[in-house]
Amino acid sequence: MDTALIPKGVKRCPLPQFLAGLGAAHVVLLWGVFAMLLCWLKGLNQTNMNNAYGFAMWIWADRAVIALGGGAFFTGFLRYIVGKDKLKYIINYAVLIGFICYSSALLILAIDIGQPLRGWFIFWHANVHSMLTEVAFCLTAYFFVLCVEYLPLVLENRQIDKVPFFHNLTHNMHEIMAVFAATGAFLSFFHQGSLGGVAGVLFGRPFGFREHILIWPFTFFLFTWSAAACGPCFTILITKITEAIARKKLVKDDVIELLAKISGWMMLTYIIAKTIDTIYWAVVTAPSKGLALSHFYTNNALYGYWILILEVVICGWVPALILITDKGRKNQFTLWLAVILAVIGVSLNRWVMVLQVLAVPVMPFIKWVLYFPSWQEVATTILPVAYGVILIMISYRYLPIFPQEAELNPLEPPALPEDEPEAGEEAAQEAEVQEDQKTGEGDLQPAEA
Amino acid sequence: MFPFSFEWIWDMVHMVFHGALWYALSIIGMGMTYCIIKAAYDSAQGSKGDHH
Repeated sequence: MDTALIPKGVKRCPLPQFLAGLGAAHVVLLWGVFAMLLCWLKGLNQTNMNNAYGFAMWIWADRAVIALGGGAFFTGFLRYIVGKDKLKYIINYAVLIGFICYSSALLILAIDIGQPLRGWFIFWHANVHSMLTEVAFCLTAYFFVLCVEYLPLVLENRQIDKVPFFHNLTHNMHEIMAVFAATGAFLSFFHQGSLGGVAGVLFGRPFGFREHILIWPFTFFLFTWSAAACGPCFTILITKITEAIARKKLVKDDVIELLAKISGWMMLTYIIAKTIDTIYWAVVTAPSKGLALSHFYTNNALYGYWILILEVVICGWVPALILITDKGRKNQFTLWLAVILAVIGVSLNRWVMVLQVLAVPVMPFIKWVLYFPSWQEVATTILPVAYGVILIMISYRYLPIFPQEAELNPLEPPALPEDEPEAGEEAAQEAEVQEDQKTGEGDLQPAEA
Repeated sequence: MFPFSFEWIWDMVHMVFHGALWYALSIIGMGMTYCIIKAAYDSAQGSKGDHH
């Protein structure tokens, strides 16, 4: 029924199967929307946030998806500014993932502010002394950049592309995409950094406070660095998951390996810097505030030394060392392991820098304050995941996201309908594709001439 | 947000913060305007750019 919208030269599942999958994702989405409406209509009393936790699960999710969506800006930077041409085969998907992550981040913020109708206050009545204002500015502007980067992909849909204006618009946008990519890299550098800077300037909370370079605490640079290192790992992970679900190869190994190699070296340099930062904080910064390292990791039920070891060693050093080796990247098991650990590592880092910061007592008479999210918080945090799944499903079906897919999965000759009646739709689709290819080539000749 | 807003102060922080914001938004806006106008012009001329 929808074969005319499916990209040329590729095969997709039957429409009923697609709609069934879409329906399942929508059930989860509706659960999240219900919780979101509760928060908007009844207020933030629906959450377990309190005076100790002004920032809670949403802000963790926000920072985590922004870090994971960093694959878009860094891959775009590598592709358009550095000139890694091979990454053009994965940049579409990186942009789509980035678009989902950043739109999710904005959605979460819209829930978190409680009164979304006043969301524009942060722009109009900007507090220019707040790092979060910089985050809001850059986040919104970068979301516009992602829209601009995602738009050509939408316009490349088989039917939309037939309209000359849209075809030319796509062509023109591709031509100056480097300008948008550079703007995106500029914006991402600052908002990723400022998210880290928020914890680093909290001189009243020694767990988060770090030394500064001019006005920027070390966490400013570490957050940008970690997003650039781990964002591409998330892109690889989602690509691998998509390949596993689609049961076909979508991107060639050399493209994945290049991105994994760059990501590995970024991660290695990041984790060296992170280790130095942690040691300096434990030995110099925290003691200068009158606290020992044990103060942050003992006398509570959750946050032990294990979290530090898990974040820095297991989810930091291990994936970095795997990804910088040729053998580690080529082995599918170790590649999967490395990207999963990297994604967990950066998410854990954001958890620690948002929630453990608030849990640690800062006065002798205060005890550890632990927090557990309400179901509304959980549902609204899962909401973006369902939204992301839906957008990926629709984009994968109707847009040419993977330029190498047709080459990696050549279509078989159409089966005879009388032999296999159930293959009739697929055969018709393939025949139509071949017909379109002929027509398409015929259309191009006058323009080329 | 704008210099004509009553909260605006002509200090470095306001100029850097809002200057960077408007700089980025201007690039995005001008880039898209260029693409749309050129696409309309190209379409009117009957040309069909090939980006594949």
